[in-house]
Amino acid sequence: MNPGQTAFEPIHGRYVQLELSGKTHRIYFEEAGEGIPLLCLHTAGSDSRQYRGLMNDTRVTDRFRVICFDMPWHGKSSPPPGWQDETYRLSSSDYVTMILAMADVLALDRPVVMGCSIGGRIVLHLALDHASRFRALIGLQSGAHVDPYYDLDWLYRPDVHGGEVCAAVVSGLVGPQSPDADRWETLWHYMQGGPGVFKGDLHFYTADGDMRGKVAAISTQACPLWLLTGEYDYSCTPEDTQKLADSIPGACYTLMPGLGHFPMSEDPARFLTYLMPILDTIADT
Amino acid sequence: MKHQALITQFLPGQFNNQARLVEHARHLNTRMLLQVGDDQYRMHIRAGRIESATPGPFVMNDWDFSLCAEADVWSTFWLAVPPPGFHDLFALLKFRRMTLQGNLHPFMSNLLYFKSLLATPRHIEVS
Repeated sequence: MNPGQTAFEPIHGRYVQLELSGKTHRIYFEEAGEGIPLLCLHTAGSDSRQYRGLMNDTRVTDRFRVICFDMPWHGKSSPPPGWQDETYRLSSSDYVTMILAMADVLALDRPVVMGCSIGGRIVLHLALDHASRFRALIGLQSGAHVDPYYDLDWLYRPDVHGGEVCAAVVSGLVGPQSPDADRWETLWHYMQGGPGVFKGDLHFYTADGDMRGKVAAISTQACPLWLLTGEYDYSCTPEDTQKLADSIPGACYTLMPGLGHFPMSEDPARFLTYLMPILDTIADT
Repeated sequence: MKHQALITQFLPGQFNNQARLVEHARHLNTRMLLQVGDDQYRMHIRAGRIESATPGPFVMNDWDFSLCAEADVWSTFWLAVPPPGFHDLFALLKFRRMTLQGNLHPFMSNLLYFKSLLATPRHIEVS
């Protein structure tokens, strides 16, 4: 940037009030670009900043209206009134409901939905139960199920710093050669998460959102499904996504060498080399 | 470099030079047992610094938590660019290549610190 030149980004943010589960939620969302609506879903315990690379790339925003929202309890979206008396636990039905509500309130006409991790899982729910509402679905780090490999209780207890332990737990999910600045930006988002929120999201990821036994009923005739997984992800492994793709006729799976669990955030430039051909296909259809 | 020299000589000196990590862990005092195949090493950490890294066997062994894996697993973990599944302590756990035992509070409450500590040898060759 030249001295005196101000680098405004093309991203605009605002709030919307949504009625979810009988309570008014104040939801933050941001968007950039024009064209086909592309609704992006962040990972567990993080927020919409994960898609900053996508929203700043004119190859995407020239043809797509990219919209990202912070789930309730995440980022700049508040928890609902009375949060102090409840334990946050994300359920499949709550997650689907908020996505459909966001699409409705923004009057999105058959949007593309792209989600990562828990977002990659929920697109499978959308594909199974709401395919006609979407133009295409893209699952990043998408698997039908994940076995917990550590005690989730460590994520939320008063004698361990929640932000630091959440970031530390996911730190190894970033590919070892991803750029340092993007690696640590990704981890910073985890360090800023609210107490117990990452753990509450993982209730959906490890228990409530289990799709084994259901994914074979997904029809890619009704809505195309793309799957992209980074090779360094040991939470949702490439083998997990391969198994998922094998059980859904017509699903298109691509392995992303070098990348980990947060492709759009840990190395946006490399991620776009895999995403652009998919967006080209969607735009040309 | 042999594992013993790596763990007892190279690693403490290199790690203790990382002033910010050491300063951040200034309240950490613990003893970690690192097992490499059949060989044991005990690291005593005081105020965030590795005060000693001692090779076994130990007549009286006393530690807070232990990390145990085969020697070839640690060698692969310490490659400059480790392959998938060997690139992080939690990856080793997920694929059952490492066991973690004992009082895990010092480890989990300083997890980024211990991930950095154990990744320190990655830029030298291990034989």
